[in-house]
Amino acid sequence: MKFLVLAYYHEKTFEKTSKEDMEAIVAQCGPLDKALEATGNLDMVASLAATKETMSVRPRNGKPSVTDGPYVETKEQLGSFFLIEARDMQEAIRIASLHPAANLGEKMGWGLEIRPIEFCRAKEIAQSV
Amino acid sequence: MKYLCLAYGDEKKYAAMSKAELEEMGVKCKSHDEELHQGGHLALIASLAPTRSATTLRPLNGKTVLYDGPYAETKEQVGGFFILEARDLNEAIQAASKHPAARIGEKMGCAVEIRPIEFFEATGAIRA
Amino acid sequence: MENPETASVLAKVEDVYRLESRRILATLIRLLGDFDLAEEALHEAFRAAVEQWPQDGVPGNPRAWLVSAGRFKAIDGIRRRARFDENAEAMARFYEDQGGAQGDAPGDSSGEAGEPSGTGEEGLEDDRLRLIFTCCHPALAPDAQIALTMREVCGLTTEEIARAFLTEGPTVAQRIVRAKAKIREARIPYEVPGPEQRPERLAAVLRVLYLVFNEGYSASSGDAVARPDLSGEAIRLGRLLVELLPEPEAKGLLALMLLHESRRAARASESGELILLEHQDRSLWNRDLIRAGSALVEEALLSRRFGPYTLQAAISAVHAEAAAPEATDWAQIAGLYDVLLKADPSPIVELNRAVAVAMRDGPEAGLRLIDGLLVKEGAEEKLNEYHLAHSARADLLRRLQRNSEAAAAYRRALELTQQEPERRFLEKRLSELDASP
Repeated sequence: MKFLVLAYYHEKTFEKTSKEDMEAIVAQCGPLDKALEATGNLDMVASLAATKETMSVRPRNGKPSVTDGPYVETKEQLGSFFLIEARDMQEAIRIASLHPAANLGEKMGWGLEIRPIEFCRAKEIAQSV
Repeated sequence: MKYLCLAYGDEKKYAAMSKAELEEMGVKCKSHDEELHQGGHLALIASLAPTRSATTLRPLNGKTVLYDGPYAETKEQVGGFFILEARDLNEAIQAASKHPAARIGEKMGCAVEIRPIEFFEATGAIRA
Repeated sequence: MENPETASVLAKVEDVYRLESRRILATLIRLLGDFDLAEEALHEAFRAAVEQWPQDGVPGNPRAWLVSAGRFKAIDGIRRRARFDENAEAMARFYEDQGGAQGDAPGDSSGEAGEPSGTGEEGLEDDRLRLIFTCCHPALAPDAQIALTMREVCGLTTEEIARAFLTEGPTVAQRIVRAKAKIREARIPYEVPGPEQRPERLAAVLRVLYLVFNEGYSASSGDAVARPDLSGEAIRLGRLLVELLPEPEAKGLLALMLLHESRRAARASESGELILLEHQDRSLWNRDLIRAGSALVEEALLSRRFGPYTLQAAISAVHAEAAAPEATDWAQIAGLYDVLLKADPSPIVELNRAVAVAMRDGPEAGLRLIDGLLVKEGAEEKLNEYHLAHSARADLLRRLQRNSEAAAAYRRALELTQQEPERRFLEKRLSELDASP
């Protein structure tokens, strides 16, 4: 069974974080990322551009209407996501717990949301962005 | 370029829909879905279980703490997502506009959010 | 692993995309009557090429094949939609009739696609002009004209345009979405304007080109003196326009851009400092560009239907012909500014004319003119806020050795400029003045 894991962060606090603090966090990310990868359960990882690069499309009178920016203006925004293959939620939690956002960056609002996938269809995906 | 598209909706409003209404919506969705698939930009598409089945992990004093439910309690929640391959943002907008959440369900708080992907790595079965 | 033959066919598809996709798009917009529909059709056509060319071989006329494939796929798509949209079937039939006799559509394995009527060479050239005139339609906001032209005519991506103009992707994306909606909703026609409207509409196209060029040549803000990509795009577009529509002013603008471009290597030092024309190392000027620019100026002037771009290019060409600053024919330049002032009066032209007069008749004569301009009423007051007016004045005062007045004028210019290289230049001048007795 597949799970989508959404990694959130507090965009404003992240922007204000000093270079030293950021470097200290990044230094701790490496080993966690490696451990996560070593599980062999990762299907896909991706990180997203800042929300200022975001567009939204919503229905207006039966037609799509385009606006700049994220759809829901919340303090915390999605920064990256990954897809895991796991037997059940319990295993998904164990795997996702290895991700930096479950261990670090408390002040920047880091956190993960694990969502069971009901249906998924994929074609072969090129590696590059 | 790859773009992550998040399909939003108001779960409460979905829950309040009658079976007949849901079926009618399903029929409409199907034709839009077909169009989205025909477009040739779709790399992956998935729908998610409702947020009541979500688990959230947050770091707290150096430990990982588990919470029941989504990370943020907002009215509109992500109900599905898809990844598009497109030449640029405008092509992605055009392709994403075919998704049912950009066409119907105005009263259900539906929308598609398009986020450019900066880094991407696929492994296992879905790797080209 | 794909075989080498397939790889070479796929490389060919990429080549055709790079060289022909804009032309094909221009024709599909005409055939389908809608930008979005045409872009989808273009995407579909190339998708079909990637699938079919490796097996069936590259068609003799790839462009006609792709136009035909795109049109066929679009009609097919509308047909599919017809199952839930009543209007779609009628639309599909309309498009089918519009294309006239349809050749073998790709998807048929019977062979190479024929050419539907209206996709002949002549039509295709007209389509590119149609696309340029529509993207630069005055009913669209200026920012939208630029974004649309860069994307649809030049083939830049939204993200590339955003980077070039130092803005965010969504801002550019939104402009393009709105512009297309306006074209659709306001029924902006996809056509080359007739002789009556043409001068005015051509002026709008040339304005877009020149804005793009200048954005690349002298960035309006930021640290770099120039972003070369945009200038290159504007020149490419200028060449295309002259090829499709050899109007004198189109030639004049292309000449002006080529002559400016010829000095690129000489106009900034290695550290990014701006170097004025008189101090530039003229051996760095690109002779080929100067020759091409001067020849175009001559053609345009001979037509006697020239306008402001041709005159500015003529002035630039006079500078380019001088082997050294002292050899500049200032009398001819001042004369050309007199004509330009009549053709296109503006405070900036007046200012430049004053500088030319100063070179011809001496700094006092120029200073008198500039001081006159700075106290003028009305619109000319804007010149007071223009940093180059004060730096030109400062320069003349410096030559007259009225050093404290010169320093005050440099300081005023410094207050007004937003460009980093300009600031550094003015600061350098100021410190030189302070150092001199």
